[in-house]
Amino acid sequence: MPESLTSAAYLAAAVLFILALRGLSHPDSSRRGNLFGMVGMAIAILATLSHAGMSLAGYGLIVLGLAIGGSIGVFVALRIQMTALPQLVAAFHSLVGMAAVFVAASALNAPQAFGIGAPGAIHLESLIEMSIGLAIGAITFSGSVIAFAKLQALMRGAPITFPFQHQINLAIAVAIVLLIVAFVATGGLQPLFWVIAALAFLLGFLLIIPIGGADMPVIVSMLNSYSGWAASGIGFTIQNLALIITGALVGSSGAILSYIMCKGMNRSIINVLLGGFGTDTSAAGAGGPGVGDRTVKSGAAEDAAFILKNASKVIVVPGYGMAVAQAQHALREMADTLKAEGVEVKYAIHPVAGRMPGHMNVLLAEANVPYDEVFELEQINNEFSTADVAYVIGANDVTNPAAKTDPTSPIYGMPILEVDKAKTVLFVKRSMASGYAGVENELFFRPNTMMLFGDAKKMTEEIVQALGH
Amino acid sequence: MNPHELANEATNLAARAQELARHAEAYAAAGIMPAHAGAPFVLLLTIFVLACFVGYYVVWNVTPALHSPLMAVTNAISSVIIVGAMLAAGLAVTGAGMSFGFLAVLLASVNIFGGFVVTQRMLQMFRKKTK
Repeated sequence: MPESLTSAAYLAAAVLFILALRGLSHPDSSRRGNLFGMVGMAIAILATLSHAGMSLAGYGLIVLGLAIGGSIGVFVALRIQMTALPQLVAAFHSLVGMAAVFVAASALNAPQAFGIGAPGAIHLESLIEMSIGLAIGAITFSGSVIAFAKLQALMRGAPITFPFQHQINLAIAVAIVLLIVAFVATGGLQPLFWVIAALAFLLGFLLIIPIGGADMPVIVSMLNSYSGWAASGIGFTIQNLALIITGALVGSSGAILSYIMCKGMNRSIINVLLGGFGTDTSAAGAGGPGVGDRTVKSGAAEDAAFILKNASKVIVVPGYGMAVAQAQHALREMADTLKAEGVEVKYAIHPVAGRMPGHMNVLLAEANVPYDEVFELEQINNEFSTADVAYVIGANDVTNPAAKTDPTSPIYGMPILEVDKAKTVLFVKRSMASGYAGVENELFFRPNTMMLFGDAKKMTEEIVQALGH
Repeated sequence: MNPHELANEATNLAARAQELARHAEAYAAAGIMPAHAGAPFVLLLTIFVLACFVGYYVVWNVTPALHSPLMAVTNAISSVIIVGAMLAAGLAVTGAGMSFGFLAVLLASVNIFGGFVVTQRMLQMFRKKTK
């Protein structure tokens, strides 16, 4: 295939990728969008296969890699449970990062393949771009591995902190920059390449360990963004338009998601990255009164069923606890029973509910909840005052009125779902333990709140049973 | 103006035209050569920056309900890095270059297939439900 035609094919692939993202503006157009994405990828792969001068052994390796990798990918993607989605996405990000490292390594070892010089005589520009792509790719890899380990509970979700943490990270970052300068100045010395890689792996690891579980939506989005920048860096190195454009799309997409997630918690990205949030429970608890001897009204499934049955409007507020308990199907069943009784049921989703952006939406969709019953915070917040019941299942901090009233609270300023405005609040919770931020939720002690202690799934199933009687 | 002068002037003009043509050729060569040796960095950077803007506007239009599929699909398309991996595996002359290329093809294909399939699975669930 002539070079101009290959370039045109890459351009077509990039346009199809843009259309794939465009399709996600509405569920109805999204499946066609995904199809565009697949076609774009197929075009990019075919165009590359038709590149002149490919060796037979090379073709063999490519087909083998595609076959093995493809089967693993399809197998995992078909088997994965929707609740395990965040860790799957983290794992996938790590692969993009590692692929970037490998491509950079092969560009260093065989620069002729990309037309960027000869071994030992690689163009200066390409060396700079290569080392930047390498560093970002390596950080993406090890950072995503830690995020995966935390989400999969292979590692404690709690932040891991130690003295001089940030100074050490900064020192490593400076060392990486200096080594990149040395690497470029020496014309691409192999050992320097691998030292940069090792330090970048270490930095990715150290950057993510101090970050707690509930901050993972920000981190997963940020690593998504990094994987894009890494792809772009490699695109510059090998002067490939499809890679540069796609990397830029993915990079800005991840950055926007991180921004939305940070706004959902009223924290800056720096504050999230510095980590350690949610550990200092003693200081955090100081803002609100302790549990002490304040009374909490708790009820059984039958009481909840009675209240729900007599309501005319119920708003369900799901949180990460619903995902952990896999309660989404039971929840849908409850909503169906209530709707059959003539009760209006809606769902309210906080931007940072769950462990990745849009996590709750996917779980509810999995349980066959129609997407037009599911609303974002801004759309539904003023409806709580007209609701008879707010059914909070597995969420806590995102409903805490202290975010509006208590300037000393660590969650002050965070946008919350105003469940306290509903006539009755039903809280499904395993215990009185405070949420991720370590803040007491004064809603638990209000007279119109009823606590339903128990597993989210079991409690909801019991309510469904009680509704049937 | 006698014929002799006319001929002289014509010769001068022709010489001047030739000189200009040589300049033009030099300029053209200067302009075209880098494009053959690879697109200049500034051009690539321009494309990169414009693509960032396209990404910015397209992604703000994504409905928040589909943010999970957005992550999965961006992950799948960022694996277009497989293009570089394939070139390395297919064109590299050294064993190291080929092996790194092969490993990168392997990892990127897990992502491509896995990413698109899991996105499709998610999107299938966002169908309009008949109530």
